[in-house]
Parts: sequence; structure tokens; C-alpha cells
Amino acid sequence: MADSTDTAPATAGAGLRRPALFGTLRWDAVVGALLVVLLGISFSTVDGFGNALNISFLIGNTLPVAAIALPMTMLVASGEIDLSVGSTVGLSGAVMGALWNHGMNINAIIVICALLGLVCGLINALLVTKLGLPSLAVTIGTMALYRGVAQIVLGSNSVTDFPQNYLDFGSGRLGGSFLPTAVLPWLVLAALAVVVLHATGFGRSVFAVGASAEAAWFAGVRVKRVKLSLFVTTGLVSSLTGVFWVLHYASATYSNATGLELSVVAAVLLGGVDFDGGRGTLGGAIAGVFLLGTLQNVMSLADVSAQSQTVVTGVLLTVSVLGPRVARQLLPSTR
Amino acid sequence: MTASTTATAAEQPLMAVTSPRRLIDRVLRMRELAILVVLAVMLVATQIDNTSFLSEQGIKDLLLNATILVLVAVGEAVVVITGNVDLSVGSVLGVTAFAAGDLLRHGGNPVLAIGLAVLLGAGFGAFNGLLVGLGQVPSLVVTLGTLYIIRALDSIWVGSREITASRLPSGYKTFGHDGLSAIPYLALLATVVLIAVGYFLRNYRSGRECYALGSHAQAASLAGIPVRRRVMAAFVLCGALAGLAGALYLARFSYADAGTGSGYELTVVSAVVVGGVGFTGGSGSVYGAALGALLLTSINSVLPAIGVSSVWVEAIDGVLLLLAISVDRIVALRIAGLLRSRARQARSVIDG
Amino acid sequence: MRKATSFAALAAGGLLAVSMSACGGATKSSTDKAASSAPAATQSGSADPSAPIKKGLTVGFLPKQVNNPYFNISDAGGNTALTSLGESYKEVGTTSATDTAGQVSYVNTLMQQHVSAIAVSAQDPGALCTSLKQAMSAGIKVVTYDSDTDPGCRQAFVSQASSEDLGRSEVDLLGKELNYTGQIAILSAAQTATNQNAWIGFMQDELKKPQFANMKLVKIAYGNDDAQMSFQQTQGLLQQYPDLKGIISPTTVGIKAAAQYLDGSQYKGKVLLTGLGTPNDMRSYVQDGTVKAFELWDPGKLGQLAAYTAVALASGQITGAQGQSFTAGPMGNFTIGAQGVITLGAPTVFDSSNISQFNF
Repeated sequence: MADSTDTAPATAGAGLRRPALFGTLRWDAVVGALLVVLLGISFSTVDGFGNALNISFLIGNTLPVAAIALPMTMLVASGEIDLSVGSTVGLSGAVMGALWNHGMNINAIIVICALLGLVCGLINALLVTKLGLPSLAVTIGTMALYRGVAQIVLGSNSVTDFPQNYLDFGSGRLGGSFLPTAVLPWLVLAALAVVVLHATGFGRSVFAVGASAEAAWFAGVRVKRVKLSLFVTTGLVSSLTGVFWVLHYASATYSNATGLELSVVAAVLLGGVDFDGGRGTLGGAIAGVFLLGTLQNVMSLADVSAQSQTVVTGVLLTVSVLGPRVARQLLPSTR
Repeated sequence: MTASTTATAAEQPLMAVTSPRRLIDRVLRMRELAILVVLAVMLVATQIDNTSFLSEQGIKDLLLNATILVLVAVGEAVVVITGNVDLSVGSVLGVTAFAAGDLLRHGGNPVLAIGLAVLLGAGFGAFNGLLVGLGQVPSLVVTLGTLYIIRALDSIWVGSREITASRLPSGYKTFGHDGLSAIPYLALLATVVLIAVGYFLRNYRSGRECYALGSHAQAASLAGIPVRRRVMAAFVLCGALAGLAGALYLARFSYADAGTGSGYELTVVSAVVVGGVGFTGGSGSVYGAALGALLLTSINSVLPAIGVSSVWVEAIDGVLLLLAISVDRIVALRIAGLLRSRARQARSVIDG
Repeated sequence: MRKATSFAALAAGGLLAVSMSACGGATKSSTDKAASSAPAATQSGSADPSAPIKKGLTVGFLPKQVNNPYFNISDAGGNTALTSLGESYKEVGTTSATDTAGQVSYVNTLMQQHVSAIAVSAQDPGALCTSLKQAMSAGIKVVTYDSDTDPGCRQAFVSQASSEDLGRSEVDLLGKELNYTGQIAILSAAQTATNQNAWIGFMQDELKKPQFANMKLVKIAYGNDDAQMSFQQTQGLLQQYPDLKGIISPTTVGIKAAAQYLDGSQYKGKVLLTGLGTPNDMRSYVQDGTVKAFELWDPGKLGQLAAYTAVALASGQITGAQGQSFTAGPMGNFTIGAQGVITLGAPTVFDSSNISQFNF
């Protein structure tokens, strides 16, 4: 972290590494603190929150967003976005259901779904890197395309009869504790993501590309290759999340995970990842994901209506975007 | 002899300087022409397959279906031209449709109801413009937040109430589907709006400044363009048009509830992008956006008319969007290459 | 060059992985699941029909979607019934009708709030099963209404009218209006909608009967319960089949959109429309002749019956097994049919003669 600031251009505003990171850390800390405070309040005052079953629900239902938020954070940090993740989850689930109905072996199906995710990510990657198209427009198109293909593949069927041991993995808990079984692979993924983004050269190049793709290119970073690998990873993680989704809810339909992309984007934003690129931490994104998930769980338990919950989410989102900017202006060292 | 050659040599660089601009203008017009051609081909092909497709009723239907989207797309196009995006249009449409309906249900004047919808929409637009201009926040993020907030406030206000056909004055409903033979009144209204906004963008200084600011906000600001004011005006216009679309939605469908307009923003953005208004800002026209809207809604009519299952619609929409932006980009790269070689030619003429 | 070889390596690796994984793991035929013919989840222990109604119960209503006028009426009916019994009522739900993950988390919430029973209209027949089974094992009674889940995930299903009744009667209604001749089409909701698909199945079966020999179902279109899409699908139907004489739309959103379109087009009065609609929605179309008759059930009564069933289950009067019966307050006696299905009654037909009497 310290050594890379020497090479960063000393321009005011977006370029400075250490003050920018400092500013983000403050927002990360805020989100993390909010999460801890919320958990504390909920455990002591909200009925029905603080037991193993509810916590396992909370974690289990938040896992899809938590999983996709990992590569999405890296993608946003590099200055791009992928709105097709929800459709990739849905397509992966639809393919899983369709192949299962055709009698294919479950392990083979999972491998095929993973490959499918790679392909979906590759399509996005090529359109953005080879043709230079804006990722927002591209992923809006692929969002419709993948969801459309899911509809064609599975049609009106709903597939539910997957093998019990796989379903148990999707919705079971570790020995009756508050941790769902599926949290283990997620922890591995999260650890991997944190190491890659915050402790490797690749991770540094991701931030560099986000801060200024041109400067990064001149500094020798293979910008296109970085973006390509990020999109492909996002596609892979999304399709695996699709498999998890089907097993967790024991249901494969073409409309699985509709709207998931907005939840991921909202959580990543809440965690302080800057949409201009070049700033953010995975810790913040993960904290944002679980803050939103916990908030929804607690609000439902407290009988807050669904509409009011949406208002809270919207306000939080707006505040989370204004927050880091305000923090940067208030702290003189971040100028 | 030498005098004439030097004279022609002097003329050539001049031509090399002016022709790129003519070339770009031609290309832009070509872009809208391209959509028009695709649209015409699609409609004619369908008519050949199904002779009742372009009957008077059929044409009226095509125009009516597109009207709402055209209105919102025109507003959105202006915002995208300035280099921003407004994702809250769906929520605004929903809220204004219900507001207009509520007024009409209690015996209000239809013109007043439309005016209320427009004002309400403009108000939301101003709120977006304020956050984007003042807070220096990327518009994608701001309008994502307002999408949630407006939708939620709408749900809370509307609850489970609904506006149904029996509560609306019949004149309002007739306005929603009648017209002059094959041209519906709603389509006429949308065309008037389209031409007005298009004329303003092309022929007024403040309109052209929107393009400048979309191309390069910093340069525009340094050149003395009041960036914040233009951005605010763009968002207010977008919101106002979304409001108008809400009132007309009510006339057309005679129904509004808490879910009206949900998810519409993505359709609008697709229409705008297919119509050639690039996300990087500073290019495209509202006519292109209108044609894009017409194209997208027509596909949804063409497919059932030729017997293709509606299961294919979403995939086709996605492919169309990707094709549109890819073709745009490839053409732009070609043009850039062409310009570079022209410039090289001009330079070699001057030097040599 | 490097990229080509790395892609080739990836492809080869993928093929290897697929072929290796094919040895081992399960396939559909090897797993023994017969979910559709599973019996309803009955409680161990027997029913005591004369058991008194327990006090202090809370029933949580979880409709497909809140802020939906139809569910507002049904859940209000449930509220009325529960209040009259002196029990407590609660309603939760998602704002979108296609948010299954949201619906599942509400089941969890209700479980954490220790409600006595859950009355749910399922967005998806399978997705709620895991959480509903957990709820049942925690002692919470589960009743489905309006839209069912797989039978093993609930104790009883309160059906508005039998799917068979609904499907056949709609075809009969249209047949009578058309004098049993002509081409007809169906404008349905989402392709995956369980109730609509069940009704359509019976419609197609009814059309096989000899009196419908001159009527032909030419197409089933899907409007996804979206106004604009239903509109355009209706237009498509009329353009593709210019001789179309009638449309059945077994969804309140679809019939509204189709009626609105026909009302403003040249087909008004020439193409007959029927299906499932609410009196308030359809009133102006019946009055101006676009629609002659349509049917529905009383959603309020549906909610009431769901509430009474939930209370009966929670009080131990029934366990959901076939043949048991209970009293649903002023609504009378009901007997549980196969797979735990309780039918509200025959659908009500609305036309110009009676539509003014209803307000929902």
C-alpha cells in the first residue's frame, strides 16, 4: 500500500492514493461500525432476531448478493459495471433445471453451468475491451439477452426435484449452528478476493485502471487484460451463485434472481466503493452487503412494511454516495 | 501554371478541413436513416407475411404503442446527451399517472390533470438535477437512489388503491385511443413534442451547449457554458416529459396502481441507445431516440403478428441493443480512421 | 497467440472436468422424488373436530404481492374473520410479484415472530418449500390460498374454485356467447403461472367435448400480467387470426388490457371477451358492451375461508387429511378433499344484470 503511492501521479482530487484510501477507510469504518451497532441493538431489543435459525436465514439469503459483490467490487473499482449478473444467475439456474430434466448427471451440470458463466462474462468482456463499448450499455443488453435465453431454455417449467444431499448443502446449517453450510465456499472466495485486490500487483493495477485507464496504460498495465479477467470472473461467480440459488430455494425457474443486480450495486455503493473507479475496499462492500441484509431482516421482524423498507434502502443509498464526498471535504488531509 | 497549382493546393487543405464536419453530419443523419430503414424493412416484411398487419387499425396500434415510450425517450435522450442518465423515469411515470388519475376521479379537469402530472414530473426532475449538479455525484447513482425512493413513496401514498376505467371521464379515455383515421391524437401530441425538443436542441444556443457539455464537461465549463444550469434543465425536461407520459399512459390504458411504470427505465434506456444516443454523451439526436422507441415497440407487435412465440421477445431486444451499439462503435472507428487518413493527406498536400 | 492457447487449454480443461464429473453424482432418474403425487403434510396426531377454538392465535397472511388490489380484498376478508373470532391478524409481503427470495424471507420472519399459522399465496410452487417445512416442524400451521405450493409443503390449500370448474366454465361461457362456433384464443399471465396453466389445461380438455366441435383454440398468448404486453399480445392475436371470434383471459390484468384495447378499436363488439376480472375493473366495459359476461370468485370470502382454516388447524380441529370437516363460522361447513384441497365454491358469473351489486 505504501510503496504504490510513490508512483501515483500527484494530481489533486482523483489521483492521490493515500488520502483517497484514507477517505474510503473512514467510510468503510462508518459502515462497519453501523453494522456492529445494528447487530448489537437487534440482538438485545428485537424479538426473534438473536437465535441461530434466524441468523442462518439472514446469512443464507444474503449469500447470493455477498458472493457477487466480491467480483463486482473489483469491477467497479476498475471503472466498469456489470448489470447482467442477475440474468446470468437466472440463466445458469434455468440451464441447470433444463439439463436436469434431460437426465444429465448433476456434477456434469454444475461444471457446464460454470463454463456457461465464463462464456457470459467473456461476451461482456469482449464487447467492452475489444469494441470499446460502455459497460453500462453492454450489460443492459446482455441482461435482456441472458434472461431471454433463460426463458427460451426453460420456458414455463419449474424444476424442484434435485438430489437431497445437494439441496441440503444449499439450505442446511453447519451442525445446527447459525452458519449455513454454503458459507464455507463463500468464505474461501471472500478470502481469495481480499488477497487478490488488496495484496497483489493485480489488485493494484485494478485500482490504477479505475483511477485513470490512460495513465495505467502508460505505466505498463495491461488494461484490456485486467478488465477482461474481471468480467469473466464476474460471470463465473454469477453462474455458480445461480447453482447455489437453485439448491437453496430448491427451485429452478427462468425468473430466478430478477433484480439481483440492483441489490448488488446498492450494497457495493453503500460500502463506499466509488463509481468513478479507483477507490473502495472489499471490507466496505462486504459490510455494505450485510448491513443491507441485516437491516431488511430486522425491519421485517419489526413489522416495517415492504414499501418503507424500500424508502430506507433508497435513502441509505443516496447518503452512502454523498457520505464519502462529504467526508473528503471535511477532512483537510484528504484534499 | 504554378499559380493555378498553388491555388488548387491552397483550396485542397480548406476542403480537407470542412469535409470532416460534413462527413460527421452525414454519418449522424445516416444513423437515424439506418434505424428508419431497419424499421421499414421489418414492417414491410411483416405486412407481406400477414396482410392485415398494416391496416388502419394496425398502423394506429403501432403508433399508439410507441407514443408513451417516445415521450419518455425524448426526455431521456436530452439527459444522456449531456452525459448523464436518469433511471428514475419509470417511478416518475407511475406516480404522475396515479396523481392525474386521482384528480380526474374526484371530478377534476383533464387539462388540469395533465398539467399536474407535468409539474409533478418536473419537480422530481429538479430534485435529480439538484443532486447531480450540486453534489457532483454520478447521475447513475443518484437516479438509482431516487428510483427506489420515488417508487417507495408512490407505494406508500397509493397503497392498494387503483384507478380503473369506470372512474375516468369518457372524453379522456376517447382521447387515449381515437384519432384522425390512422393517426391517433396521442401520437400527434408526441410528434409535436418531439419536433419542438429537436428544433430547440439543434437551433438554439442553449440546446447546442448540451452537446458540448456532454462531449467534454470540463472544456464546456471553461468555454463559459453554465454546466449546472444546463444539466438541471435537462433533468427537469426529462421529468416533465415523464410526467406527461404518465398522464397519457392513464388515457391509453385507463388504469394505474402502485406498480405502474415499474421497470420501465431499462426499456427507455434501451430505446435511447438503440436510437444512436451514445452513453458517453454529446452525440445522437432526439429523432434517433424516437425512432429507437418506435423500433423496440414495433418488435413486440411484429413477433405476435408473424406467429413467433413471445418467449423470444426479451432475447431479441437484448441482441438488438448489442447490435446497435456495436455497429455504432464500428462505424465510429471507421470514421475516425477515415478522418485520420484525410488529415494525413491534407498535411502531405500542404507540406509537399 | 497466447490468448488462443490459453482458451484452448480452458476448453480442454472444461471438457475433461465434464467427462470426469459424469462418473458419479446423481441423475434425475436415480433420485426417487415424486413430489407431485405426495400427500399433503399431515400432522402426526389425530384431529378432534369438537376441539374448541384456541384463543390468542396470530395468523400471518403472506400474499403474492402487497399493494395489489385483489390481495388487499382477500386479506381484508381474512382480517374480518380473525377479528370476529377474537384472534390476531398480520399481513406481510413483497412489493413485486416475482420476488421469490423476498417471499421466502418473509416466511422466515413470520416463523421468528412465532405466529400460530401462516396463510400464503405462493409466487412459485417449489421455492417456499424448504422454509415452509421448517415452519411446520416448528409447530406453525401452513395454509395456502389462491396459489398453491407443492402439497408436501403445506397442510391445506384453500382453492377459490376448483381448477376444473374455472377452466370448464369459462369455455362454456364463451361458447354460449359465440353460439359454439368460431376461432378462439387465450390471453394468459406469465408462462410459469401455476393457476393459469392448471385452468388452461382444463379449458383444452373441455374443448374436446362434442358440442365444441366447431370452436377451435388457435393460440395461447402470454401477457406476463403486464398492461402494455397484454395489449400488444391482444393486437398480435387479432392480426394473426383475423377471423378470431373470442378471447378468454383468465387473469385480471390480462382481461383489463384486452377489454381496454377492444374498447378503443374496430373490433369492439365483434370479438367477444371473457375471463376472470373484478367487477370494479370491468364495470365500464360491461356497460358499453365490450364484454358481455365474465366470472370470478369473491376474494374476500377466499381470505375469510383461509383464516378459518388456519384457526381450525391451529386449534387441532383438523389436520389436513382428506375427509375431515370443520365449520368456517358463518360460511358453513367445509370438507377437505384430496391432497388437502378445500374448495370455496363455484365461481360467480358477472354480467350487466348483477354487476352493480358488487364493489370490489
